[in-house]
Amino acid sequence: MSHQFLSPGPLPASLQLTPEGQLKHFLTIEGIPPLLLEAILDRAEQFIDIPSKKQRKAPLLRGKTVVNLFFENSTRTRTTFELAAQRLSADIINLDIRTSATAKGESLLDTIRNLEAMDVDMFVIRHQHSGAAHFLARYCSPEISVINAGDGNHSHPTQAMLDMLTIRQYKKEFPPLKVAIVGDIRHSRVARSQIHALNTLCAGEVRVIGPRTLIPAGIEKMGVNVFHDLDEGLDDVDVVIMLRLQNERMETALLPSAHEYYKRYGLTQDALKCAKSDAIVMHPGPANRGVEIDSEVADGSQSVIMQQVTNGIAVRMAIMSMVIASQAELHS
Amino acid sequence: MKRKAIINAHVIDPVLGLDGVSNIYIKGKNIEHVGEQAPEKFTADITVDANGLYAFPGITDLAVYLREPGQERKGTIESELEAAVSAGVTSVVCMPEPACPIDNMPMVNLMRKRIKAEKKARGIFIGAATQELKGKKLTNMGGLKFAQCVGVSNQREPFQDMRSLRLAIEYAATFNLPLYFHPIDPALSPEGGVHEGAIATRMGLPAIPAAAEMTMIASILALLEELQTPVHLCRISAASSVDLIRRAKGRGLPVTADVAAHQLFLTDMDISDYNPLCHVQPPLRGERDKEALRAGLVDGTIDAICSDHQPHDIDAKLAPFQQTEPGISGIETLLPLTMRLVEEGVLTRLQAIQLLSTNPANITNRSRGSLKKGSSADIVLYDPNETWEVDVEQLSSKGKNTPFQGWSFTGQVEKTYVKGKQVFNR
Repeated sequence: MSHQFLSPGPLPASLQLTPEGQLKHFLTIEGIPPLLLEAILDRAEQFIDIPSKKQRKAPLLRGKTVVNLFFENSTRTRTTFELAAQRLSADIINLDIRTSATAKGESLLDTIRNLEAMDVDMFVIRHQHSGAAHFLARYCSPEISVINAGDGNHSHPTQAMLDMLTIRQYKKEFPPLKVAIVGDIRHSRVARSQIHALNTLCAGEVRVIGPRTLIPAGIEKMGVNVFHDLDEGLDDVDVVIMLRLQNERMETALLPSAHEYYKRYGLTQDALKCAKSDAIVMHPGPANRGVEIDSEVADGSQSVIMQQVTNGIAVRMAIMSMVIASQAELHS
Repeated sequence: MKRKAIINAHVIDPVLGLDGVSNIYIKGKNIEHVGEQAPEKFTADITVDANGLYAFPGITDLAVYLREPGQERKGTIESELEAAVSAGVTSVVCMPEPACPIDNMPMVNLMRKRIKAEKKARGIFIGAATQELKGKKLTNMGGLKFAQCVGVSNQREPFQDMRSLRLAIEYAATFNLPLYFHPIDPALSPEGGVHEGAIATRMGLPAIPAAAEMTMIASILALLEELQTPVHLCRISAASSVDLIRRAKGRGLPVTADVAAHQLFLTDMDISDYNPLCHVQPPLRGERDKEALRAGLVDGTIDAICSDHQPHDIDAKLAPFQQTEPGISGIETLLPLTMRLVEEGVLTRLQAIQLLSTNPANITNRSRGSLKKGSSADIVLYDPNETWEVDVEQLSSKGKNTPFQGWSFTGQVEKTYVKGKQVFNR
């Protein structure tokens, strides 16, 4: 491979759009125009509206091969992608890479080359390193689309889109909304993608709430207000998004204990009273009950967590069908 | 003995205080005289007309990884020395690294022999401070001194604790070997990390705060207050470090410092596309840091500019950012970037040569870096008007990992002499 291939290359934001501004890949929310985000949400609504189970299977990806390339464990995200691809009539292959080739020293690029040779149309990639999806999109052959199912701490755009869909279903419009994202912002690709999405869709205010050790430097430059006190941060908000807290945060001195975290930042009915009375509560799952969220809240009337899961399949169907359509246009 | 005259050259020599047209007279390996008139009874066997060219003392590059022995797919002594002389570098300071720790005499002797055989640039050696750079057991520094190492270093590898660091400085001082210290706190420097700030956060990459460097500099300066023995600080990257060093020098502590050329031009903005070519250690920092480093060069806080030359094979860079190996193949852009600072009005010509040739030669305890009588005739002839563009395929280095691909420069090395002998001719 020639060294000319190496960077400086296109930014993730520009790499993912066709010259006509359609989705070629789906790598990050950053840089996607608001109308295109709305179009994804509209398309997802159409998939939700399909009434009976029999009609559920759409032929949009018939004859296409989708490869789930998971370098990191994730049963839930992988399953929803799998289901979404199946409902679009695609053939789907699941590759659990943690235990296969790369563990034996094969490079990501070699893995890709081998799969390409099998005539694949779409990669869905989850990887522990930030920028991995961008890397894949840059170096895989041009007729393949890449969908980012989470890369390092960078981006998890399909999760953010299903969250936007959920918010839109309950709150209709973004401009009047105050949204609070609570927890481990530092390690959260979900939070980063939500922030980009909310700001692109012109949400009134985006807040992040957490202890200083979990708020990364310069986050305010992404267009958020930072709070370290939960009650203060939740004051008058319309949407509360709780993030999952990994246990290893306690082992690496970022936090003293799960108990203290729950006391200061756990979402209880009491804390939720600070928010608007009709505020919705979201969580990308799986929730640590008693750590970041109280069961009463998670299962309570304001919780829309189950709706998020349902929306997850529709949003992924929408994105998959859109990238395949623009690929067809690009190569017709 | 052969006599050579380089006439009508625009001579730049900070030691002689010369920045104007003159002639250089060489006898055998050494400079006989620089001036308008030839010395008495001097008849040149060869006369080189250097009309329109700059002539200055050869560059001493304080940080070069030749990659041989051990990592020949990244670079060989042959390829990297060719790259050196083509870019005006006449002395390469070989740094130890885990794959080639330079921690024993036979290793130094082997490398010296191989370098000599190339008859290109000279090799100067920094030995390892601890065995295999593991930060624990000291190396046989007496032996390394005997093998003509000019200093010891643990490269970017950490010392076990403050005690090991202090003892290494003290033991090295026994043999007049200064420690070449990379101020990097390992706990604050996650692998694959970039400068802490808005860009690292946006990209979701691990963050290395400026404090990772500042705390280590503060620590070693505290040790030096007691030990009062010379230490050289390698590859400074942050504004806060420049401040600390400026104050330490003001108090008379025996400390010198260098900066890698790329830190004077690139910032964390340049990694926004996950550009693995901009993955370096210490990381590229902010605009304010870049400006502070430049100011540090101007006021003498930073003594030298080096390339931190780390050639890589393409596979080392063809992966998601965090998985790539840090380092830039920089030896061929060291002089061009420094001369760009002259063009931009940051440095004078004399300051540029001081930072590339004179000071680094002094730091490594070599009486080169000047064209004064009796010095070794290590000379660069440089055409200040030749415009060219960096093209990785044209680089002599085996490492094509440069972020400066496509950059256009004015000024290019025409000829390089080492010990009076021409070792490069464009």
